[in-house]
Amino acid sequence: MNTWKELIEFWKSSEMPFHEVILTAEMLETGDDPEIIKKELLNLLSIMMEEAEKQFGKKQETLTNLTGNNAYKLANTSPTYFGRFNYIATTTALSISESNAAMGKIVACPTAGASGIIPGIFYALKKEFKEKTEKLLPAFIVSGGVGNIIAKKATISGAAGGCQAEIGTATAMAAAGLVYYVSRDGVKAGHAASLALKSLMGLVCDPVGGFVEVPCVKRNGNAVNVAISSAEMALANIESKIPLDEVVDAMRIVGKSLPESLRETGEGGIAATPTARRLIESIRHFSN
Amino acid sequence: MGLLNVMGPAMVGPSSSHTLGALRIARFAHKLSEGIPENVEFVLHGSFSKTYKGHGTDRALLAGIMGLKQDDPKIKEAYKIADKTGIKYRFVFEDLGDVHPNTVRIKTYKSGITHEIEGASIGGGAIKITFIDSVACELSWDYDTLIIVNKDAPGILEKILEKINVNVANLYLRRINALLERALTIIELDEPIKDLSHIKKLPYIYECYFIRRDI
Repeated sequence: MNTWKELIEFWKSSEMPFHEVILTAEMLETGDDPEIIKKELLNLLSIMMEEAEKQFGKKQETLTNLTGNNAYKLANTSPTYFGRFNYIATTTALSISESNAAMGKIVACPTAGASGIIPGIFYALKKEFKEKTEKLLPAFIVSGGVGNIIAKKATISGAAGGCQAEIGTATAMAAAGLVYYVSRDGVKAGHAASLALKSLMGLVCDPVGGFVEVPCVKRNGNAVNVAISSAEMALANIESKIPLDEVVDAMRIVGKSLPESLRETGEGGIAATPTARRLIESIRHFSN
Repeated sequence: MGLLNVMGPAMVGPSSSHTLGALRIARFAHKLSEGIPENVEFVLHGSFSKTYKGHGTDRALLAGIMGLKQDDPKIKEAYKIADKTGIKYRFVFEDLGDVHPNTVRIKTYKSGITHEIEGASIGGGAIKITFIDSVACELSWDYDTLIIVNKDAPGILEKILEKINVNVANLYLRRINALLERALTIIELDEPIKDLSHIKKLPYIYECYFIRRDI
């Protein structure tokens, strides 16, 4: 099944919960046993939760030192506007992204550059709802269902589709998972994913010096909040006027029309600003 | 791609193409040299040569050649571990021509045997091994791979294939030394071979390596 619409139709015609539909669809395509996929996914989710616990609010020595103490700063400041859920999610997203830039262990979900968002959301669920990791698995599978559709229909590579394909995809996945966790509703999860992806449509991939530090780390931190607000809206029965499949198609076309300078080459966007050029000069010893 | 590829894998950051892919190419070389080589040279091309330090590509390559797994936090300490192990390593930078920007050539030396592979990290941790001991190929390492140096003579390939009881996905064969009558055969298989000994025992098989699928 290559479209969200097909998954939803399959769900409506079956007696299964939506996350089981996603696993069944995967089995039909790859022949993989759903129980084995479940076990593997739980393993990935468990690694994420362990790393979130370990890295939360820690200072990191990143490869180029362009980032490294943002999670620490946020973790050590009492929030002015954030609710607890956003606060944990944002701090976790920064922590994991900075750990990634410091060669820490991460789960590339869906990519290394966007690896802070899903742990941010799921760690916040775990903490705020005092939930066991296994209980988060259905929502995690639905996040995977969204990511898989985007990977099939478009791309999840920044070099191919810009940052919308990485951070945008991760945010859509996270939003769908959040909605599914409380509602078990596949349709609403799809709306949340659409709302998130539409909000990040066109986001360019412009890492300073080409390194996964600036602006990647803070984008992970901000994106979890787009996921949360998208989920909140979908749970209030706000619908995306444009269905997820069409939003993903639009994202693919936007990605194709982005010039190469805005697709992970480190030649455009933020990477081409005067300050970025000065920063690159200061870290020249990390290049050949 | 599949669900598990989208949701993973677990790895060490910061970049699937610069660390994960690089590590996998080097790990392939590690398996081909049957352990940690005494001597290794990494020839970095293109983007690999420009940003290898800031992306941790150097540490990923070193970790891979020492056989570390992609999610081992020790990858960060690769230089320290390499010095402890005593492996001699060298990074050199070269324009390898019209190849993928993330390409590395790895030359290993161990117990008198040298190997040279070339591979590209093509995104998302996926790799393409493009040369093994001067034979052009296109291995994704999605298969179990059998690499054989055999006599360049009629009927040898047939004998090898006779001994393989599993399905062959792809096969490459090329003469590597006409004077010594040597050819290199690379066979990608759908399933692992349980016992190599009957292939190794065949006459005119000089070297035989079996590299299991890694992920």
